[in-house]
Amino acid sequence: MKVDLSRIAELVVGDTQADRVVPPTGFTATLTLFSAAAMAFLVVFALALSMATGRLADRWGSELARSSTIRISAPDGQLAAQTEAALRVLETTGGVASARALDTEEQMALLEPWFGPDLPLDTLPIPQLIEVIEEQDGFDADGLRLRLTAEVPGAVLDDHTRWRRPLVRAASRLRSLGLISIVLIGAATAAMITLAANAALAANTQVISVLRLVGARDAYIARAFVRRFTLRALTGAAIGTALGGLAVFFLPSAQPEGGFLTGLGFHGWQWLWLLIIPPLAAIVAFAATRTAAGKTLRDLT
Amino acid sequence: MGAAVIELENVAYSYGGGELLSDISLKLQAGSFHFLTGPSGAGKTTLLKLCYGALVPTAGNVRLFGKDVREMERDDVAVARRRIGVVHQDCQFLDHLNVSDNIALPLMVSGRDLLGEAANLNELMNWVGLKSRASAAPPELSGGERQRAALARAVIMSPDAVLADEPTGNIDWEMSQRLLRLLVELNRMGKTIMIATHDLALIRAAKTHVQARVLRISNRRLQLAGADL
Repeated sequence: MKVDLSRIAELVVGDTQADRVVPPTGFTATLTLFSAAAMAFLVVFALALSMATGRLADRWGSELARSSTIRISAPDGQLAAQTEAALRVLETTGGVASARALDTEEQMALLEPWFGPDLPLDTLPIPQLIEVIEEQDGFDADGLRLRLTAEVPGAVLDDHTRWRRPLVRAASRLRSLGLISIVLIGAATAAMITLAANAALAANTQVISVLRLVGARDAYIARAFVRRFTLRALTGAAIGTALGGLAVFFLPSAQPEGGFLTGLGFHGWQWLWLLIIPPLAAIVAFAATRTAAGKTLRDLT
Repeated sequence: MGAAVIELENVAYSYGGGELLSDISLKLQAGSFHFLTGPSGAGKTTLLKLCYGALVPTAGNVRLFGKDVREMERDDVAVARRRIGVVHQDCQFLDHLNVSDNIALPLMVSGRDLLGEAANLNELMNWVGLKSRASAAPPELSGGERQRAALARAVIMSPDAVLADEPTGNIDWEMSQRLLRLLVELNRMGKTIMIATHDLALIRAAKTHVQARVLRISNRRLQLAGADL
């Protein structure tokens, strides 16, 4: 599709004479400005949600997919030996990049959120955990399970698939819902601006009639309305985006113990996505008003 | 006489199931002067609207400058209207613009540079005697001033024809004579003039200044008016 830059420039720069022929309309101006600002504010949050859940899905989908855990439950006297045996098995397993047994501090840190600090780990029958990092192609989990069953009877391989898959699916759904929300917000914006444009056109039928009487082309009349609504939507969306961006920026930052909600926001270059919201709102307003104006002018004899 | 500026051929116009005008044929030659008369509700305004392409006939043909309106795009009709100045009884101004801007409206919509046309606009304001009222809002004008402003707006594009619908309907006799003199002056400049009016005194007064053809709408048809005028 060829973009006519001169027409875009004409829309932005405008024709001061043409702008004057349509009377200022306070109510529809406020309505359009407020709708565009409110919708842009909501789009910022929908976008932030999509980005956050996208990052979560990526992390759960890629990083966690490359790590597994072996849990060794054995009587006190056999725990160290079985851990050594499991590590030996892992050293000779294809697709395993590295494997290491978690030390006491690391295991305590894992349990601390549930049991609190100063947990007397020594007095509890806590299984030993081995963290396994996979190579890019991964390992044969079924084969490893069989070998562990034979050589380390107390070892259980957990490749996180059981809990990771539904979480990745949920995160992906949330991302999709965020994107669908953006589309719906865009459609609602278009509907509201169409209503406001129709109200403005209906309130100005006398003006349209006079303009036609003196030889105005329909395109000229439509342009006067379209430009006005497009600029209002652009301004409103810029305000809404700025406010939404500030609100997201000042959300509490992500803590290690926090859920994904505290990670809601944009990271680095993702902030640039906000820059496209006002122009997109303007494009939606342009299309909506142009369609409404075209229909109204066709219907007016 | 020159070529026909506006031509109606066997035109009929129906609205709401009833026929308002029937079998109307009319040629407005360049430089001609016409009065259109008839009782209220006879269809004078409808006929004028057909003459400037605001309405499309239900039968017959209307040609503006030789082109059939049915075959013209909306934009073509808009461009043709710039060559036909229209004065309405209620003037139809944009109240958010001042008098000067209202008169300059045809220049604005045709994309002309107002600064470049300032001298013409000034001269025209002077011609209709509204120079001192240039920055007034339309509601502040008297009936006569409104009609003269509407006439100035109708002629600012130097049109080939001026159609006026009851231009003296809301003004006193002295003011209507002043307006008539302006229209006669325009006709002497070669403009085609058609005035719809039921004011027979105005027609009689005009005939002392200009050779005018008087048409009457009666029973939906157009007739040449008789010697009673």
